[in-house]
Amino acid sequence: MPGQVDALTVSVWRGAAAGRYVDYQVPHRTSQTVLDIVTYIQRRLDPTLSYRFSCRVGVCGSCAMTVNGVPRWTCRTHVDRVAKDRKLEIGPLRNLPVIKDLATDMRAFFDKWARAKGQFQPPATPAADFARVDPASAARREADAAIECIGCAVCYSACDVVAWNPDYLGPAALNRAWSLVNDVRDAGGAERLAAVSGDAGCHSCHSHQACAERCPKQLNPTAAIAGLKRATLKAALTGAL
Amino acid sequence: MSWRNRNHPTFWAFLVHRLSGIALTLFLPFHFWTLGQAIAGEAALDGFLRWAEQPLVKASEVVLVVLLAAHLFGGLRLLALEFLPWRDGQKSLVALGGALSLVVGLAFLLNLA
Ligand code: HEM
Ligand code: SF4
Ligand code: SF4
Ligand code: FES
Repeated sequence: MPGQVDALTVSVWRGAAAGRYVDYQVPHRTSQTVLDIVTYIQRRLDPTLSYRFSCRVGVCGSCAMTVNGVPRWTCRTHVDRVAKDRKLEIGPLRNLPVIKDLATDMRAFFDKWARAKGQFQPPATPAADFARVDPASAARREADAAIECIGCAVCYSACDVVAWNPDYLGPAALNRAWSLVNDVRDAGGAERLAAVSGDAGCHSCHSHQACAERCPKQLNPTAAIAGLKRATLKAALTGAL
Repeated sequence: MSWRNRNHPTFWAFLVHRLSGIALTLFLPFHFWTLGQAIAGEAALDGFLRWAEQPLVKASEVVLVVLLAAHLFGGLRLLALEFLPWRDGQKSLVALGGALSLVVGLAFLLNLA
């Protein structure tokens, strides 16, 4: 086959919470992604393999898996960058219940966005005019830094605090809350700060920075969470919370 | 997955911070008890200080000093991270904290000799 170099031994998680890694031999190609590998296995070796993907170009956030122990977006992870001794281990994301094989149940992850008041809250009386937001303003730049999230749950899977406290809102939901805290059009400020300052909120974060280390979009949830810590503290000190 | 995912500088910094925090918590009561020996009388304190002259005890003192320094610098790094505006280069700050801790340990060691 053109471009084929050699074979890779790929261990893939099969089953749900109980299951095991099963080995497959997959031809190694140049510029091959981890998602290509999983697709090859499903199309050529075992059609019962379950996994999720959609866009294949790093936009939709549906293809994240644990690759050699580290959570990654598989459609944009090149095999050559992660394979060790022609071996790959591909499992489902950590910190989420496994439905089957590589597909996890992401409901808890997205429910936490709602719990962190991650939706835009318009003011009770509609604004009379367009909000004029200076792109260079500090608040806008903070919001920018958080806004590119694709909801892939890589950070959530990488975070040890989520593993220790399953109620912890997690880096992505808190990152989202921070971009809304910095949205001058939003009217949900006090409620949102209350929602993110509870026992399972921003103050539970130990600043491990695993989220920032692993986020494929190079976002920095740790910085966003630090911002929330300061904003909630300030609100508490001024009696606004 | 755990340990492979954890292999990055800020996680190691967290681990050192937790272990040194626990070490300090265990050490401090012992330290105060030692100081208490001085009140109990010179003989008791001298006896203890002789015990503390052993090489192994000395070595663990150096380790403890390094851990205390690491906890101090690591704690200051975390407080700055959480209470001051964000700055990039966190890994460099971890490295700086580690280096300063070793310097403190070395200074303590030279003082011993
Ligand atoms: C020297 C000045 C000190 C500073 C600046 C400092 C700072 C800190 C900070 C910021 C944390 C929070 C870490 C996190 O969020 O994960 C912490 C945790 C801790 N500290 Fe200290 N600390 C100091 C001294 C001490 C002393 C003397 C003890 C022992 C009695 C101690 C024991 C602990 C323990 C057990 C933890 C919990 C560790 C963890 O949650 O991972 N610290 N320290
Ligand atoms: S910085 Fe906070 S949210 Fe990010 S991985 Fe660490 S504990 Fe989790
Ligand atoms: S913050 Fe990054 S890692 Fe987390 S869900 Fe968004 S894009 Fe994925
Ligand atoms: S398939 Fe859409 S991000 Fe990977």
